Amino acid sequence: MSATAAGTLSERTSTALITRRGLLLTALLVPPLLWFGVVYVGSLLSLLANSFFGLDDFTGQVVREMSLNNFREILTPTYLDVAFRTTLMAAAVTIACTVIGFPVAYYMARHARGPQKAILYIAVMLPLWSSYLVRLYAWKLLLAKEGAVVWMLKALHLEWLLEALLATPVIGGNSLSFSPLGTFIVFVYMWLPFMILPIQAAIERIPGAMLEASSDLGASPAQTFGNIVLPLAMPGIAAGSIFTFSLTLGDYIIPQVIGNSSQYIGQVVYRQQGVAGNLPFAAAFSLVPILVIAIYLWLAKRKGAFDAI
Amino acid sequence: MPSKMTASAPAASPWLKLATLSGVLFLHVPLALIVLYAFSSEDKSYVFPPPGLTTEWFAVALERQDVWEAITLSAQVALVATAIAIVLGTLAAGGLARTKFFGREAISLLLILPIALPGVVSGIALRSAFHTMEIPFSFWTIVIGHATFCVVVVYNNAVARLRRISPSLLEASMDLGANAFQTFRYVLLPQLGSALLAGGLLAFALSFDEVIVTTFTAGQQTTLPIWMLQELIRPRQRPVTNVVAVFIIALTFVPIVAAYWLTRSDEDSHHR
Repeated sequence: MSATAAGTLSERTSTALITRRGLLLTALLVPPLLWFGVVYVGSLLSLLANSFFGLDDFTGQVVREMSLNNFREILTPTYLDVAFRTTLMAAAVTIACTVIGFPVAYYMARHARGPQKAILYIAVMLPLWSSYLVRLYAWKLLLAKEGAVVWMLKALHLEWLLEALLATPVIGGNSLSFSPLGTFIVFVYMWLPFMILPIQAAIERIPGAMLEASSDLGASPAQTFGNIVLPLAMPGIAAGSIFTFSLTLGDYIIPQVIGNSSQYIGQVVYRQQGVAGNLPFAAAFSLVPILVIAIYLWLAKRKGAFDAI
Repeated sequence: MPSKMTASAPAASPWLKLATLSGVLFLHVPLALIVLYAFSSEDKSYVFPPPGLTTEWFAVALERQDVWEAITLSAQVALVATAIAIVLGTLAAGGLARTKFFGREAISLLLILPIALPGVVSGIALRSAFHTMEIPFSFWTIVIGHATFCVVVVYNNAVARLRRISPSLLEASMDLGANAFQTFRYVLLPQLGSALLAGGLLAFALSFDEVIVTTFTAGQQTTLPIWMLQELIRPRQRPVTNVVAVFIIALTFVPIVAAYWLTRSDEDSHHR
C-alpha cells in the first residue's frame, strides 16, 4: 500500500501541496504571475519610462533623461489634430454600429427562436472568427473603382450620390478606398459584431412580462421601446461601445490601407517608432489613447456598462 | 383575449426583419466575394462581376516560395506560443478557479489586460521593453508577445471547465490512495483535456491571425499576416493574395469551430 509519512520525494511533495493550501496556490500562480509581471507589466513600465526620454539630436539614440518634451510636443496643433480626428472617427463608428446593430440584436433577442436563433448567433460571430486582414482585404477589393460597390451603385443609378459624397471636403477623396468615408465604412464593418452581441445579451435580460405589462398599461409600441427597452438596453450599448471605441482608437492598419493621407493615432505611433526611430515620442503619444479610453471607461461605468459584460 | 401561454416569439414587423437581414448580409457578403474572387480569371481581380472562373491561381499560389515561408513561420510561432499559453493558462486557472484571496480580481484583470488594451499599446510597450533591454527582434520576441495574450484564452476555457468539475472527484481519488501528482495525471487532466484542447485551438487561431502586436515585435521575420499586410499595401499578384485569403479563412475557421464544439456543454453551466 502507500508509504508512510517518510515516503519518497514525490509523495512528500504531494502531501505538502495538499495539506498546505498556500503552498499549492503559490506553486500554481508563480509561473504565470512571473511571466506577466516581467513581460507585460515590465513592458508597460518601460513604455511609461520611455515616454519621458528623448532622442539625442546627433546620434539619434535614446537619451535616458527625464523630461516633458514629448508631452509638450503632443500638445501642438499637429498632434492634437490627430488625436481629435481619431476620437471623432471612433465616436462616429460607435454611433453607426449602434444604429445598424441594434435592430439585429433586438430581433435576435426578442423574435428569433430555436434554430433560427442559433443560426443568427453563428452568422454574427462568424466574421469575428475570420481573419481581420482578410476582411480588410475584402473591403479593399470591394471599394476599388472597378469594384463591387461602385458596380452596384451604377446598377442602381446612384453614381451621382457617390460622386457627391466623394466631393465633400472632409470625408471625401479620390475613390472610396482612399477616403475617410471608406475608412469609416470598414471600421463599422469590422466592429459591428462586437456591438451586436452585448446589446443582444442586454435585451435578452429584459423580462417579457415587463413589456407585456407596459402595453397592458396602455403604452404604444414606440413608448414601450423608448421608456422600457432603450434604457434597459443601454448597458449593452455602453459595453459594445467600449469595444468599438477602443478598437478604433488604436487601429493603424485600416486608415493606412483604406484612407487618404490624414493621420490617425495608431499610425503616428507606428511611424514614430518605426521609420522615424523616435521610440520615446511614440511611447508618449501612445499614452493618449490610453487616457481617452480611461475617460471613456469611466463614463461607461457610470452608465452601468460593466454589469452587462 | 388569447393568452400567450407558450413562449412563442411575437411577430416581428417586416421593417425589423429587413433591417436584421441587411445587417447580416452586410457582415457576410464581403467574405463571400473574396471566395468568389479567388476563382476569378481576371488578373486585376477586383473587377466585378468577374469575367470568368478558374482554379489556376491555386496552383500558382502553391508555387510561391514566400507564401510557404510565411505560413511555416506563422505555424511555428503559433505552436510555441500556444504551448506556453496552455501551461501558464492552466496554472493560473488552477490557482484562481475556486479560491478566494485578496488580489484575485486584480490577477484576473492582469491576465485580460493584453487583450483589453489596444494592440498598438501592447505592441509598443513590448517593443520599448525589448529595445531598452537591447534584445534583438527575432522569432522568440514574436512568440513572447503572442504567448502573453493567448494565456487569457486558455485561462477562460480552463476556469469554465474547472468550475464544472466536482471537487469530490479529487477527494475521492486521494481517499483511494493517490498522491497529488497521480490525482492530477489520472483524474484531473482527463477531465480538463477537451477544455485545454479547445483553449489551445483558440490560442492557435488567435496567434495565427495576429498582426498588430506582431508588427511591433518582429524583426525581419514575415508571418502570414505580415505577408498579407504587405500585399495590402504593395500588391504583387492579387489573385495569389485572394487564394491565400481563402486559405486563411479556412485555417482559422476550423480551429474555432472545433473549440466551440468541444466546450459547448461548458457554456450552459457557466453562471454569471
